[in-house]
Parts: sequence; structure tokens; C-alpha cells
Amino acid sequence: MTARPFLTLRWSAALAALLGVVIVVAVGVGPVPIPPGTTVAVLGSTLGLVDPAAIAPDDRLIIEQIRLPRVLLAGLVGIALATAGAVMQGFFRNPLADPSIIGVSSGAAVGAVAVIAVGVSLPWGLGLQAAAFSTAVATGFAVYLIARRGGRTPVATLLLAGVAVQAFLGALISFMTLLSGWDMRRVLYWLMGHLGGTTWGDLSAIAAIVPLLVIATYAHAHALNVLTLGESSAQAVGIAVERTKQRLLILASVLTAVAVAVTGVIGFVGLIVPHGMRLVVGADHRILLPTSALAGASFLIVADAIARSAAAELPVGIVTAAVGAPFFLYLLRREGAVEL
Amino acid sequence: MTTLALEGLSVRRGGTTTLQQISTRGSAGEFIGLIGPNGAGKTTLLRAIQGTLTPAAGSVLIDGMSVAAHGSRAVAQQVATVPQTPMMELSFSVRSVVEMGRTPYRQPLRPWGGDRDDVSVVSDALDRTDLRGLADRPISALSGGQRQRVSIARALAQDTPIVLLDEPTANLDIAYQVDTLDLVSSLVAEGRLAIAAIHDLNLAAQYCDRLWLLDGGRLVADGPPETVLTRETLRAVYGANTVVSQHPVTGATYVTAVADTPSDDALARIHVVGGGGTTAGILHLLDAAGYELTTGVLHEGDTDTAVARQLGIEPITVDPYTPIDAAAARRARTAVEAADVCIIGDIEVGGGNLPNLQILEAAPAVISTAERPFAERNFAGTAAAELWGDLSDRIIRSHPPELVRTVEQVIDGSL
Repeated sequence: MTARPFLTLRWSAALAALLGVVIVVAVGVGPVPIPPGTTVAVLGSTLGLVDPAAIAPDDRLIIEQIRLPRVLLAGLVGIALATAGAVMQGFFRNPLADPSIIGVSSGAAVGAVAVIAVGVSLPWGLGLQAAAFSTAVATGFAVYLIARRGGRTPVATLLLAGVAVQAFLGALISFMTLLSGWDMRRVLYWLMGHLGGTTWGDLSAIAAIVPLLVIATYAHAHALNVLTLGESSAQAVGIAVERTKQRLLILASVLTAVAVAVTGVIGFVGLIVPHGMRLVVGADHRILLPTSALAGASFLIVADAIARSAAAELPVGIVTAAVGAPFFLYLLRREGAVEL
Repeated sequence: MTTLALEGLSVRRGGTTTLQQISTRGSAGEFIGLIGPNGAGKTTLLRAIQGTLTPAAGSVLIDGMSVAAHGSRAVAQQVATVPQTPMMELSFSVRSVVEMGRTPYRQPLRPWGGDRDDVSVVSDALDRTDLRGLADRPISALSGGQRQRVSIARALAQDTPIVLLDEPTANLDIAYQVDTLDLVSSLVAEGRLAIAAIHDLNLAAQYCDRLWLLDGGRLVADGPPETVLTRETLRAVYGANTVVSQHPVTGATYVTAVADTPSDDALARIHVVGGGGTTAGILHLLDAAGYELTTGVLHEGDTDTAVARQLGIEPITVDPYTPIDAAAARRARTAVEAADVCIIGDIEVGGGNLPNLQILEAAPAVISTAERPFAERNFAGTAAAELWGDLSDRIIRSHPPELVRTVEQVIDGSL
């Protein structure tokens, strides 16, 4: 068993290397193809290893100002959603759980659609992302309070409260979409998830928050393992169950809210990436969390590369679902695929 | 020496008091069985001891340390629990789940903290529960009984002086029940305190040193099995009519539920003629049904004699291996004359106990529970055969499951 930390390191190193390759290749994908060598050279010159004069200025501009921020955002969002998904599946002991299970994504959508469609203007100069983030977190908190009774929050109640609140917010979103008129295209685009037009500015908040939250989540990996045995067993071995559940819910919800606020609702990443990794590395969250995060980053970067290499650029949510759903069905047909 | 003290412990759940004023204590080396009807508060009490439920009044003290005042981590170093709910479908390996028992000794928030010290404790727990060969199998591949053992192994890995078990034998095959309780007994022998909620009163009596009987959230009896499991207590708590005897093999107190006493009226007097253990069950049955019993003539040392004395009936006896003498026969005939009904078991008749047939002439009614024809049981020749022939017109045949009903019918004249 002392071998398992090394197993984690090995898997993480392999997936990090894969992620590096995926980043370099994905940066090259788009209307103007850029060979991987040029990408490496540009990255090298940023670090002062390569003479900048050897690189065509157009290539540099495309890579540094357009492709790289977008790829990195895809990676961070992939990390956030896959981590949140792994936590939610373990937390709810339910293979169907995903990052939006307690309504966080629907909450973000309400905020975003209100700003886009209804033209709700926010005090203190808050933009669309801040609005989406606020309504996402508020929704998660509301669902938690609804499900809480007598100092306890049974996961079954939480799950049902999440489903009901999602349905309610879904109605609200549809209504606002109907009213959105000329903005409907923008609303739909947001609801399907998008990474287009990413600037370095979009990245700053998420790049600061996601790594911190992922590390904090990883600190709870053992507690999450114990929780899958059931709450009474977890309590019996000394886990402070309610407090741990609160923390995990906050971590997973904020991770989801941060991602969704920036990119819109990108489905399936948080559902299938943890399932796929569970098949490969097993159910131990100490291995599952870091490997899911890294695999989630690669998955979303690849999906976005496909989305932007289509004739007309697609919302990335369409690609993740179109690629993810068949893959998920394939997993379902494999025995034991959905055991936690 | 760890001691657990419950001091005026009361617990409220959902507005109602589910445990009321429970005060008792338990010490290292005791195996305490927690018994009581469904809903009596057994699980609640275990959860209160474990600290999952906070007392509304009173306290749970472990070596003077209040459970409520400490975090679950500190309590988990003192108390391990084997919960009732079977583990769900998990792809965690058996070893991983047993390792989770080490949680209270880990650095919190450090995913890999402290693993190295735990290896020997975990491997010991796997050995003791016979799970070594299954260590790398996923939980989902195990049977219910094996999952139960994993739960116990996890509690062992927790290495605590107190072990709580909630219905550890429920849903287990008989061999697993015995294995499980033997394992718990061995933990107790090492100086742990084990408290197990056990539904099966006879398993509880067989394995536990002491029983806590809960009823409606109150501790109504607390002591060794033979003092807790009495007919009166069981009637009061379970509302059941029972026979309390001693198990012939284990010697443990043994409870059998029987049909309810038909009425509270003064019941009839019955004389039972048995021997060789043929009427032991019948004596229990009739005693439980509330009849006034006499029995004899029996030999000293006979099973039926022992059973009669257990039930508080003084049998008419003669010394072992001696024929029935005139004095004993006379006393038996008096008893038969005083009885409303006589019952004769599936006894073998020889020269020595022939008087037992003769006295039946005086009986107003005779019920036989014999299973074999008389010829197979007759070792006293034609004399006995003639006696039986004379009686046989009057003999009513019955067998234990229907005996009480037959007796009722004979007494009210419908037979």
C-alpha cells in the first residue's frame, strides 16, 4: 500500500505529459494551422530559451493572444469540472451525479441569461461572469438550506432538492430566453458552453481560484473515500460527517460556479471523465482526483480544438456531449463501469 | 481498564424521547448484549455511545471523558462501531476499506498521512477475520457475510478498547453467526468491552456475560442472562409467552416462544407420566400454558426429572436403576386421582416401571403422545400388553403441537 502514492505520481506524471502534448497540438489547431514546432518555439522564447527573432510575428500573435489563453482556459475549466464531478459522485454515492447536480449550473445560467437577455444591469459594475458566479453560488447555498433539517443534510434530500430547483430554474431560463428576442442567439450560445474569444483577462480569476480549490479538495480525498462507505460508517471512524460534507459541497460548487460563469454550461465533462478514470485507476479518490483533473483538462482542450476546427465554430458543449455521450454509453455496457 | 459509564442518559429524536434516564456501566472484558423489542432504542443507544447522537440529558463517559464534549476523531480512537447497514456496492478493495479503520489516527487533510505505521494493524485485522485471501477483491464481489466480516475487520483496525456492534448476526447464515460472535468473544477475552445489539435472545444468552434489556427507551433489566431472561420479564417486555430453560448442549439460558395461555381462569391439573426425556418438551409446554403439573414416577437423574425441577415441579421419583416401589406408586396414584387429565409420553415399559401404567386406571382421562406402537415399546410381556389393551379404549391420541388444544378439549368435555 505504500506503493499507492507512487502509483498516483506515476499516473499523474503520465497524464501531465499527455496534457503538455495536447496543449501544444491544440494550439496549432484553427483556421491558421500552426505546426507544433512553432508552438514550442514560441513557448520557449517566452521563457528566454529561443531567439524571438526566429519566429514569424503573425504566428506569435495568434499563439500568444488568441490560441493559448483559450487552450489554457479550456484546461482550467476541464480541471474544475472533472474535479467537481468526481467529488459529487463520491459525495452522493451516485454514478449519475455531476457538477451541476445541486443546481449550480442552472443558477449560473439564470444570472447570465438575465444579463444577456433581459438586460439586467448590475450594481457596482459587475459583469456577466460575476453575475453568473453569484447566482450559481446562491443557488447551491439555497439547495443546501432547503435540504437541511435538524442539523443534518441527508444526501437523498439534497439530490431531490437539487433536481427540483434545477427544474424550476430551467423554467425561468426558458422564459427569459423566449423574451430575449435578438439576443436569443447569444443566450443559446452561452447555454451550450463556449470558449471563443477568450482573453488573458478572462483567465486571471479562474487561474487564481481553481488551483487553490483543487488542492483544498485533494486534502479531503481520504475523507471522501470514507464517506462512500456511508455516513454512519464515516462517523464511526472519526470523520466529522456534516462538516466534511459542507466543505466538499462548497468546494465542488465553487469550482463548478467559477468554470460555468466564464464559459457557460459545458456538460458531460464532469460526468464522464471521473467515470473513465475510475475504470483505469480505481475508486480511491487520492488517485482519482488528480488524474480526473488532468484528464478533464486534456478532454476539454481536445473537445474545444474539434469545436473550432469545424466549418463553423461550434459551442464546445455540443462537442463534449456528442463525443461524451457515445463514450459514456460504451462505458455503461462494460460491466462494473458505474460502480463507485 | 476502560470503563464506559452511562449517567442518566436521555436522547430525543424528532420531538420524542427515545432513551430515558439510562444509567449503567460496562468495563473492559465484558461482552454485553443489548436486547429488546423492535423500536426499544437499541440502535439509538449505540449511536449515543458512539457520539453520533447528542444526549438531551445525562452523559456518556469513557474513562471519565465525556463523549459529547469530544470530536468524532477522539471518540473514534476509543469506540469502534460495526454498523447494521451492509456496505453498498463499492469497487474499493477489502484492504482499502479495512485501512479506513485507521482514519482516527491519520493526519487530517493529508491524503496519504500515516499509512506506514498502519500496515501491521491492518494485516492483523485481515488475518483475524479470515479475509487475507480476499484482501484485493472489490467489496462488490463479496457476499453479505463477507461484507459483515470486512466491517468487523475495519473496527479491529480501529484498535479501540470499546467495540459496538449493531445486529452483527442479522441476515447471516448460522455458521457465520457463530463465527462472528466467537470473534467478538475473543476480542472481549483480550480485554475489550463489546456491546452488541442482538435480536436473537438465545444467541445473546449464549455469548454475552451480561444483557441490557431495553423497552420503550428505558433500561428495564441489566444483569447476567439467567436473571434478565425470565418468563415474567419476557412477557412484560415482549408480550410473548415463553418457556425459559437451559440449552441441553451449551447450558446457556434458552428461550422458546410458545402459544399464548388460553385463559386466566384457574387451569386444570395435569399429571404427566414420562421417563427417558420423552416428556421434557411436554412439561415445558404445559407449564407455559399455565397448567398445574405433577409428574412421576420418574428415576432420579432422568432428563424429565431435571426438567421438572427446572420448572419448579417436584417430581415423584425413585433412585436410579431401581424398580418403582409401592410407596412411590401410591403417591403417584394419589396425584393421578387429583388430576383432571393424565398424559403419558412415548415411554418404554419394562418390569421396573409397570406401575406407571397401572396408576393410569385411576385417571379420569388419558392422553398419549406416543409415536411408536405399544408393542415396540413393551419390554414387560403380556402383563403390560393387557394393561395397555384395557386402557386403549380410553386413550386419546395427540402430539406436542396440538397437545394444549387436546387438553382443553378434554377438559371442556368436547373430546
